[in-house]
Amino acid sequence: MSLWEYANPRKFMAWTAPVLPWAFGLAAVSLTVGLVWGFFFTPDDFRQGSTVKIIYLHVPAALMAINAWFMMLVASVIWLVRRHHVSALAARAAAPVGITMTLMALFTGAVWGSPMWGTWWAWDPRLTSFLILFLFYLGYVALWEAIEDPDTAADLTSVLCIVGSIFAVLSRYAVNFWNQGLHQGASLSLDAEENVADVFWFPLLVCIAGFVALFVALVLLRTRTEIRLRRIRALDARSARA
Amino acid sequence: MIALLRRDLQLAVRAGGGFGLGLAFFLIVIVLVPFGVGPEQTVLARIAPGILWVAALLSALLSLDRIFALDAEDGSLALLATAPIPLEGVAVVKAAAHWLTSGLPLVLAAPVLGAMLSLPPPAYATLVLSLLVGTPALSMIGTFGAALTVGLRRGGLLLSLLVLPLYVPTLIFGAEAVRRAADGLPATAPLILTAAISAGTFALMPFAAAAGLRVNLR
Amino acid sequence: MPDLGTYATEVLSAYAVSFVLLVAIVGLSWRRARRVKRELEQRDG
Repeated sequence: MSLWEYANPRKFMAWTAPVLPWAFGLAAVSLTVGLVWGFFFTPDDFRQGSTVKIIYLHVPAALMAINAWFMMLVASVIWLVRRHHVSALAARAAAPVGITMTLMALFTGAVWGSPMWGTWWAWDPRLTSFLILFLFYLGYVALWEAIEDPDTAADLTSVLCIVGSIFAVLSRYAVNFWNQGLHQGASLSLDAEENVADVFWFPLLVCIAGFVALFVALVLLRTRTEIRLRRIRALDARSARA
Repeated sequence: MIALLRRDLQLAVRAGGGFGLGLAFFLIVIVLVPFGVGPEQTVLARIAPGILWVAALLSALLSLDRIFALDAEDGSLALLATAPIPLEGVAVVKAAAHWLTSGLPLVLAAPVLGAMLSLPPPAYATLVLSLLVGTPALSMIGTFGAALTVGLRRGGLLLSLLVLPLYVPTLIFGAEAVRRAADGLPATAPLILTAAISAGTFALMPFAAAAGLRVNLR
Repeated sequence: MPDLGTYATEVLSAYAVSFVLLVAIVGLSWRRARRVKRELEQRDG
């Protein structure tokens, strides 16, 4: 029995059905624990005051925004190489979740930046690359929506995802280059994970686990929906022919 | 391939839109900017590199959907797919034709428009050079976008949404080169990076564009 | 309720918007899943 058998739509539906409630349960528990711990039981940072509490939303959301795209990239490659329908549908299912995470990271970042940097938005490399990532997500979803035939759409969006990944990485470094040219030594970004103290670190870890679990749960749920939709379409096509 | 290039160029010239429209659009954008930000020369000189590059990007975008649309409508795209040249080659030729009709005129017209935006004199050579090495990348990336959306009825808007984020690195390096030259700094590094993006896209994008075309022709 | 000091608005709005976004994506996914499931059951049945 190889790993690929789990990608058979019927098998996928069978094994995800029991996993799904667990994934949602795990996400709910760890998010509740992490956020309550972070919000109520951690001290304020001596420089940032209470805004440090935003970290429990911002960092996991940003992490998942990037990982969601990475997961879509892997799924796209699998679809192009092995033609597993579930893989293409999973990539499609992940995109709106990724958009949500990106929006969340951008918003919480802006809200944090407003008292800390004195501005909602700065053309800092990190912020700018996230905005670009957001645009990539939008284009990807728009292409899925625009094409009627599901296999054509899966192929084209996969190609777009791969090309987009290359350009996203390229943009990330290009943006670095551009900003150094503008105002050098922009030390606005707080590299959270490296200089965060243990009091903040443990609840943050729980929150990250919660976001991962939530992402997995949502992608499974949405992939199941896509598989069912595909089946409905197939039934429609059959009855149209009969 | 040469024959295909010649055919595309002839079609573009005869249709009348190719050379004129993109260039006119470029001109109009440049003319509109002083109305928007005011006529002070210092302000204009400061934003000129960025404006020139963004305008070049938008006018390249304008004619993208025509790269494959006409060929797809009259069926010649399907013929090209069965022709002895591979689709990758077709994509390169299409991008080259697009560049010759929309990119090259911009390169030639840029110094004049730079003068209108009171771009500092030392930046002219860099402006022309950066557009010369940067606009091919715009055409090639655009060809990829056009290949993805060729089967769609109203692909134009979607095409812009797909292609514009891909233009970001080219824009950054190209405009940075001109800005540095305008400030009297050496601009070699961003120029080389712009050229590298063009070379890279011409090496790799044809495969992606051809993959898109094959799917759409299925 | 912990004392949020000067930044209460920022912190609370960040949490509020994030919760809205999370609830929205979960809710939408869930509703669509149920609708599609029901439709498929009708079709199969």
